[in-house]
This record gives sequence, C-alpha cells and structure tokens, in this order.
Amino acid sequence: MHELSIASSIVEAVTESAAAYPGARVKEVRLRVGALASVVEDSLQFCWELATEDSPLAGSALVIHMLPVVVHCEPCELDSPLDGVQSFRCPRCGEIAADLRQGRELEIESIELENPEQSLGDPATNEPEKAEEQA
Amino acid sequence: MTTRIVELRRGILKKNDELAAGLRNRFTSAGVLVLNLVSSPGTGKTAFLERTLRELRARGSQVAALVGDLETDNDARRLAASGAPVRQINTHGICHLDAEMVARHLEGWEGVSLGDLKLLFIENVGNLVCPSSYDLGERIRVALLSVTEGEDKPLKYPGLFNSADAAVITKVDLAGPCGFDRDLALKNINEIRPGIRIFETSAKTGVGMDAWLAYLTQEAGI
Repeated sequence: MHELSIASSIVEAVTESAAAYPGARVKEVRLRVGALASVVEDSLQFCWELATEDSPLAGSALVIHMLPVVVHCEPCELDSPLDGVQSFRCPRCGEIAADLRQGRELEIESIELENPEQSLGDPATNEPEKAEEQA
Repeated sequence: MTTRIVELRRGILKKNDELAAGLRNRFTSAGVLVLNLVSSPGTGKTAFLERTLRELRARGSQVAALVGDLETDNDARRLAASGAPVRQINTHGICHLDAEMVARHLEGWEGVSLGDLKLLFIENVGNLVCPSSYDLGERIRVALLSVTEGEDKPLKYPGLFNSADAAVITKVDLAGPCGFDRDLALKNINEIRPGIRIFETSAKTGVGMDAWLAYLTQEAGI
C-alpha cells in the first residue's frame, strides 16, 4: 500500500510545476504507469482524493494510462508488447526475452490547466524583458 | 474558459531517484558494495543476514547493516550479535525504505565510516510490492523467498522479482516437509527474471551459504 506515498509525490511535483501558472486551476493530471511499476490503479485513484484534499489540486481528475511491458527479442530484432507480466518471452518466437523496453514507467505525462492565461511562461507577461531587449 | 495542456514528462519518484543516484555515487567512491534485501515478512531475511554478517566477519571483511521495520529495534539487536555495526530504521507505518531514510541513517552512525566498509546490507521492510519502486542507491537488489511461501511467489509479485539482480531461496532445510517443488520454483523465477543468479540456502544448516558468500566477495572485490 504505497499508493498514498505515490499520490503525495504526484501532488508535490504537480504543485511545483503548476506554480509557473499562478491563478490556473489543475483540472486533470495524466500519468503513464508501466505494468511492472507495482501500482494498483484503483488504489491510486482512491488515494488521489485523500492526497489532494486541502491542496491546490483538490477536485482534479487523475487519468492513469497503463502501459504493457514491451520486450526486445534479439533474434527477431523485434519489440513486442506482452499480454501480462507472468512470462518474459518473445510472443513471436517464444524465446526468453529479458531486455525490457517498457513497463517500469511511473511518470507524470502532462497536466491540464484551467485559466492558464496568467502563466509566468506566457509571452504576454514578459513585456518588461522584451522592453529591455529593445532598449 | 480556456484550458491548456502542459507536458511534464517527469518521474513521479524523481526526488527519490535523484537522492538514490547521489548515494550510489557515494558508495562507489567509498568502494563499498551495497545490497538491498527484499522479501515478504517471515521469509527469514534477518536470519539469513545474521549468518551472512557472521561468516563475512569471520573472514575478516568489514561489513555493516541498516535494517528497516515499521517499529521495534528487535532485528537490529539480533544482527548486532554478529559484532557488525547495525542501525535500525523505523519507518513508523511506511511500508518501504526510501533513499532519504537511508541517507539520514548514514549520518552520525557512530563508529561507521563508509570508506572503511567493504559491504553494506540494507534489509528492507518486509513487503514484496512497494520496495520495488524505491531505489536506495544499491548496486545489487536481492529478492528472497522461502520454501514455505510457495513456488508461485515470483509470478504473484513480478514487479519485485523482475527488478532483482539476485534471488535467494531460504529455509531449504524445510523443503521436504513443505513439499517444495524446487524445479517449479526455479522455473518461475526464470520466467520473471530470465538468467538471474539464484542461491538456495539455509541459514540454519549453512547449506548454500558458501556459494552466496563467494558471490559477495567476488562482487565486492575482496
């Protein structure tokens, strides 16, 4: 049950990134989670509400994109997704394939912000810099 | 109302990963081999580590251990009987160790200087799920399972077994009474982590300890 720790880490990371857009509300957080990341989707969703409560992310949605394990088979020169995580064999030739190309991901892919026009990164707010450049 | 999608592409455990990378550099420069021992509660990590520490010390190796548990310092006291420096990490409810806990417990560890050590063992909290996500800066992650747990443990917990560098089967002295199917267990480990080094041991009788110790001394370059 480390989903609460994971959820808290996401809240921390997103709050940090969203700070560049003052006034914006985080509407959605999108994750990429590999099948071997030892994260249970339902459990993480359950913890999301708890972790975001009383934070700037309260009420935001968590969208979890689960990724299958992808193995590389040397003889076939082929990357193939696996159906499960019970056997690491090339689906084409049946040989053992220990070279993992995907499946351990645990990352925040993107966030969707509402009212982000006040972004610090928005050129409109960087007028003083532009003015300096012109001078 | 306008919305905007901001690409982050950021690791959720980035902070832990960065701390762990720093620890790994520290361990490498100090010339100490660090192992992270992971298993379910009751696999016999502590008994296995007790014997490992004792035998390595008998061979004159400088060894130490950090041991994680939710509460109590029972395991640290057991391990300290080997004569090796041991420090307990109490997580107070957290189900895994993380790099920050390891870093914090390396500080102010009386009588221990990383540069003097050859091997440092980190006994993780008994749990086969959560520790797999947290890099502690170790060079070798060891997954342990006992003959009393059933041969299909690696299939049930692929995340952990797939992330391991070595596997240890413990309590092999009980294999007979438990009806342990050795071939099936080895096959299952290999399905999840093809080609992994597997050691079959009993901390009680000492069976298989020589091969394990030879592996350690070779990896530690001693």
